Amino acid sequence: MHGFANPARFLRIARWLTPLLLVSGLLIAGAALAYGLLLAPADRLMGDTVRIMYIHVPAAWLGMGGWTTIAIASLVELVWRHPLASIAARAAAVPGAVFTAICLVTGSIWGRPTWGTWWVWDGRLTSMLVLLLLYFAYIALAGAAQKDMAAGTGGSRVTAIFGLLGAVNVPIINRSVVWWNSLHQPPSITMGQSAIDPAFLWPLLAATLGFSLLFGGVVLARMRALLADIQAEARLRRKAVSAEIGAEFRADQGADILSVSSDRL
Amino acid sequence: MNAAGSTTGSQALKPKHQRLVLLAIALVVLIGAGLLAAWALRNQASYFYVPSDIASNPPEAGRAIRLGGMVQEGSLQREADGVSIRFLVGDGAATVPVRFTGIVPDLFVEGSGVVAEGSMTRDGTFSATNLLAKHDENYMPRELQDMSDMQAKQVVAEAE
Repeated sequence: MHGFANPARFLRIARWLTPLLLVSGLLIAGAALAYGLLLAPADRLMGDTVRIMYIHVPAAWLGMGGWTTIAIASLVELVWRHPLASIAARAAAVPGAVFTAICLVTGSIWGRPTWGTWWVWDGRLTSMLVLLLLYFAYIALAGAAQKDMAAGTGGSRVTAIFGLLGAVNVPIINRSVVWWNSLHQPPSITMGQSAIDPAFLWPLLAATLGFSLLFGGVVLARMRALLADIQAEARLRRKAVSAEIGAEFRADQGADILSVSSDRL
Repeated sequence: MNAAGSTTGSQALKPKHQRLVLLAIALVVLIGAGLLAAWALRNQASYFYVPSDIASNPPEAGRAIRLGGMVQEGSLQREADGVSIRFLVGDGAATVPVRFTGIVPDLFVEGSGVVAEGSMTRDGTFSATNLLAKHDENYMPRELQDMSDMQAKQVVAEAE
């Protein structure tokens, strides 16, 4: 892992890995969605509404995967002080929040014709909404911590601790339909068993793979952007400091000349 | 502590390992707290009562509750007014008769799950003001819908 501690080495790998992940993700997710939306059969009860699943399930998986990424990166940051960890955590927050929002919106659209309601406060829906709110809080906190860091008064330690705290919600989302009676159905895919017919399952798995690759590509691209930001800021600061030192030096010289001349007088 | 560690040598923990132990303890405590909270919520956080809950602990008449379970096969009856229906909701152990007036969701059929919002009446019937269809975890194409579950499973098994 410490092989990647060097940002220069990370950037070298990320330079070719980012477009690879983005393009392969777009191709696989696009093909899976085209197949799922146009060619896959309709469900015996839900009819065409079942097709929302090909977006909803990968979005839910990545919404939770995003926070899992944040939690692991936060742990690595707090224990090993890995220089890229806080950047990875911050890079995963916005895409994770977007996928969580997509999951909530598509779930709501599916719920109206299937259940007969847009929204209910059952365990699964509520815990997923809590995840979205946690993302908003994390993004706000990370932004504030970054300003603190720029001012030299603090770090991203608080953000990392919040990332670990929020991880408690992820297993709760996963288990909510098992622990509590809920309107949302229990898991269809458990430990190598699937209650989803193969005709639906294969496009679903392909869409999940494609969106996951896309997610990885976006996270890498955002990490590169954040690193570039930090580099640019450091360069500007160096420039400002050297300009300041130069000004002080000239002022000192001027004062010396003045004092010398006043001595002479 | 660090200064002492450097003089005593290998016995003291490195700062990295100190942080790891501290965080591991914090995580165990955190997960424990989360699990305890979830466990304490196990009754309150449920979205509906099942018929057994109502049989063992009958709610007072008129209190707004939700009742969830399976619509018993062959129990669905339409009343003379044409818009009211009666059916039995069961969970394998107990059943509760339900009366509802209005439009039912598309997925509301005998043998599938339902969540009814409403209240118990004095005669032991659940008077529903709203019905939500509960989708189960099974997804199956239309081509297989006319077959029985056994036949459908065979077709799927052969296809694999």
